Amino acid sequence: MKSSVITFPGSNCDRDMDVALKKFGFKNKMVWHADTELPKSDLVVLPGGFSYGDYLRCGSIASKSKIMQSVINFANSGGMVMGICNGFQILVETGLVPGVLLRNKYLEFICKNVFVKISDKRNKYFKNVNNEVLEFHIAHNEGNYFCTNDQLKEIEDNNQIAINYCDENGKIEDQFNPNGSIKNIAGIFNREKNVLGMMPHPERMIDTSLSGEDGSMFFKNLINNLK
Amino acid sequence: MKIPVIITLKKDVLDPQGKVIHQTLDGMGFKDVNEVRQGKYFEIDTKETDRDKAKAKVEEMCKKLLANLVIENYKIIDPK
Repeated sequence: MKSSVITFPGSNCDRDMDVALKKFGFKNKMVWHADTELPKSDLVVLPGGFSYGDYLRCGSIASKSKIMQSVINFANSGGMVMGICNGFQILVETGLVPGVLLRNKYLEFICKNVFVKISDKRNKYFKNVNNEVLEFHIAHNEGNYFCTNDQLKEIEDNNQIAINYCDENGKIEDQFNPNGSIKNIAGIFNREKNVLGMMPHPERMIDTSLSGEDGSMFFKNLINNLK
Repeated sequence: MKIPVIITLKKDVLDPQGKVIHQTLDGMGFKDVNEVRQGKYFEIDTKETDRDKAKAKVEEMCKKLLANLVIENYKIIDPK
């Protein structure tokens, strides 16, 4: 399976993602934002970080970079595109997934492990994941998911919510919402579910020496689903 | 020609920064403030000399980049 990770000026999780993808069997290539051609890929990842210093709005400048037109075309033709954290912010700015990510409700940069409940498994990202609840890491200042009421209705009607913040037992309540996101939303799909944007970082949970291994489960499963 | 643009958050969108500014003003003794909403100001200096054409171009910029219309409104100010 071939993957590509796009590096923007200010990306800082691109190499972590490279390590994670390779560890679980992807042949990964790093792609520079100013390139125009996307290498042949089964998965494209927009990594976390602070592309363009979060100028204007997080992800807004990166969403207009040269490589993004190829990424958008790839996604629109059914290609798998995953945006993590800043990558999620870039995805919403391209319009590939609905909504926006606002400043966290309590104006804090949040850096901690959280639990997320998988809301929908009828997609290549979460199909066959045994667990209902995963422990992932979040580190963001703008992860407060917001969309209009019309968009929310559409997202819910099409089962586009991927994961919600919850407690370790999968209970989705306000008190387990770290950043003020509508409905505790931590990740969403596009309508066709080939594009996934999520705030949590699975690539930070791939080794016992890190703070957990639920990311390993995610990536092992992902590559199997793509085969 | 310089064209000013003001971007504001839509009415129903939470503005935590505006809220903190409000609380701070309140603590400083400005007790009669109802609400503070924070926005952005841009000044686009364009080569275009026709006022209507310039404004139309800036409107396109607002829609494509300067504002995110899910959460923000833009207002183009008439250049002097």
